[in-house]
Amino acid sequence: MFVLATSAVLIALTLAVVRAIRGPTVFDRVLAGNTIGTFAILLLASVGFMTGRPEWLDIALTYGLLNLISTLAVLKFFRHGDLAYDIEEDGEP
Amino acid sequence: MIVLVMTVLLTLLAVITIVIIRQRSLFAVVILTGVYSFLMASVLIVLDAVDVAMTEASVGAGVSTVLLLATLYLTQSREYPQPRPAIIPLFVALGIGGALIAGTFGLPPFGSADTPIHNRTAPRYLAKSIEETTVPNVVTSVLADYRGYDTMGETVVIFTAGIGVLLLLLGRRRRYSSETGEEIQGE
Repeated sequence: MFVLATSAVLIALTLAVVRAIRGPTVFDRVLAGNTIGTFAILLLASVGFMTGRPEWLDIALTYGLLNLISTLAVLKFFRHGDLAYDIEEDGEP
Repeated sequence: MIVLVMTVLLTLLAVITIVIIRQRSLFAVVILTGVYSFLMASVLIVLDAVDVAMTEASVGAGVSTVLLLATLYLTQSREYPQPRPAIIPLFVALGIGGALIAGTFGLPPFGSADTPIHNRTAPRYLAKSIEETTVPNVVTSVLADYRGYDTMGETVVIFTAGIGVLLLLLGRRRRYSSETGEEIQGE
């Protein structure tokens, strides 16, 4: 069963990579990058259970936290055009 | 099944590398390097190198994406005309790559206990460490005593890099301040 799940995740990962490569707009690529991070987490979890090491699930959780950082940075870059924007200058909390 | 997983992941890595080289949009390159790091971290996990994979995921996918984006914001991009394909560098790269691959065939088998490093230095460190250095922790005595010059060299490299980064950042801030004329007193 885990073999089946791993195969499905691999196929989905390949499709997401194709979207990240072809993606006509930047937002396609951002979303594909985030999705690939999620699929890496799923792959970790399913491979861990498949090879009898369920403790990889903890590493997968840490990856989930890391996946957030780069996506947040990219989106902040788009919203403000700057990573360290001045709150008082923009006039919003 | 593990072989299949590795094959798919490594193929995707190769494809992404080629796309990064050929991609003209720098923002797409930043995203694709993050994708590359996540796939590489998965490869390392499947190879059972969990600590290396954690470093790759946090530094490669997390921090360096932020640093590359900051660089994109702080610099301008300009595209030079495509250089003509050069034959000699290709052959040099192929030759060096072939030599490196040929060199791996001379290595002892993976995990072999008969290599010199396991038979000469490590037992001596373990046997004589406390007697020679009076440091209770063997790892500390190896890093700071037996390999003291090596560690000092590494520290010098990191120190120099830190000074370089500080000088670059300070130079930039001072130029910015002289334009506006009011920031420099506050610093």
